[in-house]
Amino acid sequence: MGNFPTTVKHCLSYEELIQDYPWLARWLQEEKRALTHEYPEYVKIVEVGPRDGLQNEKEMVPTGVKIQLIDMLSETGLPVIEATSFVSSKWVPQMADHTEVLQAIHRSSHVRYPVLTPNMHGFQDAVAAGATEVAVFGSASETFSRKNINCSIDESILRFEEVICTAKQRQIPVRGYVSCALGCPYEGPIESTKVAEVVKRLYELGCYEVSLGDTIGVGTPGSMAKMLHSVMKEVPSSALAVHCHDTYGQALANILTALQMGICTVDSSVAGLGGCPYAQGASGNVSTEDVLYMLHGMGIKTGVDLSKVIEAGDFICKALNRKTNSKVAQARGDYSVHCRMKKINT
Amino acid sequence: MGNIPTTVKHCLSYEQLIQDYPWLGSRLQDEKEMVPTRVKIQLINMLSETGLPVIEATSFVSSKWVPQMADHTEVLQAIHRSSHARYPVLTPNMHGFQDAVAAGATEVAVFGSASETFSRKNINCSIDDSILRFEEVICTAKQQQIPVRGYVSCALGCPYEGPIEPTKVAEVVKRLYELGCYEVSLGDTIGVGTPGSMAKMLHYVMKEVPSSALAVHCHDTYGQALANILTALQMGICAVDSSVAGLGGCPYAQGASGNVSTEDVLYMLHGMGIKTGVDLSKVIEAGDFICKALNRKTNSKVAQARSKSS
Repeated sequence: MGNFPTTVKHCLSYEELIQDYPWLARWLQEEKRALTHEYPEYVKIVEVGPRDGLQNEKEMVPTGVKIQLIDMLSETGLPVIEATSFVSSKWVPQMADHTEVLQAIHRSSHVRYPVLTPNMHGFQDAVAAGATEVAVFGSASETFSRKNINCSIDESILRFEEVICTAKQRQIPVRGYVSCALGCPYEGPIESTKVAEVVKRLYELGCYEVSLGDTIGVGTPGSMAKMLHSVMKEVPSSALAVHCHDTYGQALANILTALQMGICTVDSSVAGLGGCPYAQGASGNVSTEDVLYMLHGMGIKTGVDLSKVIEAGDFICKALNRKTNSKVAQARGDYSVHCRMKKINT
Repeated sequence: MGNIPTTVKHCLSYEQLIQDYPWLGSRLQDEKEMVPTRVKIQLINMLSETGLPVIEATSFVSSKWVPQMADHTEVLQAIHRSSHARYPVLTPNMHGFQDAVAAGATEVAVFGSASETFSRKNINCSIDDSILRFEEVICTAKQQQIPVRGYVSCALGCPYEGPIEPTKVAEVVKRLYELGCYEVSLGDTIGVGTPGSMAKMLHYVMKEVPSSALAVHCHDTYGQALANILTALQMGICAVDSSVAGLGGCPYAQGASGNVSTEDVLYMLHGMGIKTGVDLSKVIEAGDFICKALNRKTNSKVAQARSKSS
């Protein structure tokens, strides 16, 4: 019956009450609406542009450009920057320079630099290169798991278990990702209970946080709420993050929904780097700039300087010779003209 | 000079303007490429088949200021009007209202502002003077039993004044509502709003006007439109303005987007189990049509994703 006072629910039947006092229905509805949502005071932004973003760009990005991008991002206040991926260069040639990147970046003491490690081989290479945090990447869809990493979900979890155990012994934190949390390009909708099951397994194995990925951006506030409801029965919200793709323009609305449900970690990509590999020309990662604009507009702290992120986005877009996917960056890009127009008009 | 804010037209010579703002030259050129009347008619007819309950057909503003709408009478008379849809037209004053009624309009809309500066720059008069003009239109419309919708621009920010006090927005909305507008649409004209400012503004407006008489008109210039619309829905608003293919750029930021795409709004609402009565695939078709006709890309991410994935 929704958010109605307890007394009303217990004393009389609701239907009889509304029949006798029609104004009460409106009042009860207005009470419900007047309650503003609770939002976290602080949201942690996990910047995935240098890895998830650049990995999906068609052009090979020169190593020097990647290093400069990460160094610029390190100056923005972002607390976490996913630096690179220790996946075999046979599968992901764009990340072949992982060791060089990790060793050359200037690591800020205020920032963490997780790297992707799909298996023990990648993990060992990462540690040898100086990694102090790693991430493993599972799926809620059996078909996606087989097509993307050539094994079933169960087999992938076995691989991760080895990585996570070894990482624990070395006191290296491990972050988990679960893709297809809101839909799969092959299977379509994914049962939220299945998502919850995979998330729970990664969490219980020892991932300090699990990021829920809307891999093809098909989610809406409806499916996001439903999925989170199932997942949060198994794993506390403090150990969860959302990784929304903006392929259908729903990312910010989905992130807002997640925040309303208690999630306070959001993955995003500077300039919205990283297209959706399943729909050519469609957008992928949500832009860090657009997320920050929304959060700051809601009075939510992030510790991140939006204008510095815009600068980093400008840099990488020029280097890649492409337009930004961030609407904030596009609008601000003409801000200087906007200011002048303002001056003329006054 | 096309749809350029009045101040720009009056303050500087055209040549000096283009010298200082080269992008403005190409923008003005684009504006000169008028949409053929038959294309407008076909677009509206296609939209009439989608289930959309309200389609704003045209504007009876002087063609001196908005030449793109000069064919208003021809458009209104030629469209096939579905019995399931309403076709309001903009009428800024009595002259426009009379022309609209003569052309067969059965619903009109008036356009005010919560920002004094924007009102003066955009329609050459103060908020108070504009309300006086609308009062005349609304009274006459009432006598002829023609419903009037109100718009309040700059509800979440003004390109000249910056942030606008929500109490000021509430005051203007209340005046339009009490004059007789059956609904007032709250416009985030430059798309600067966020769920924070949307909630605050609505909180004040809804103290004066019931949510059933309000609508939100969000621009997506900063990518915030869907999040803002979601916030409005959560506060009880159930009318949302949107534009097929996200037509209509933001005149205050070159290259920036403007209206939120109807396709993207529908995708969100349907995904939440909210009924609209609208067929998304037919809206996508109408969007494809108009984008081909205008030789431009759609601003709708849903339309982009759907066309690529097929």
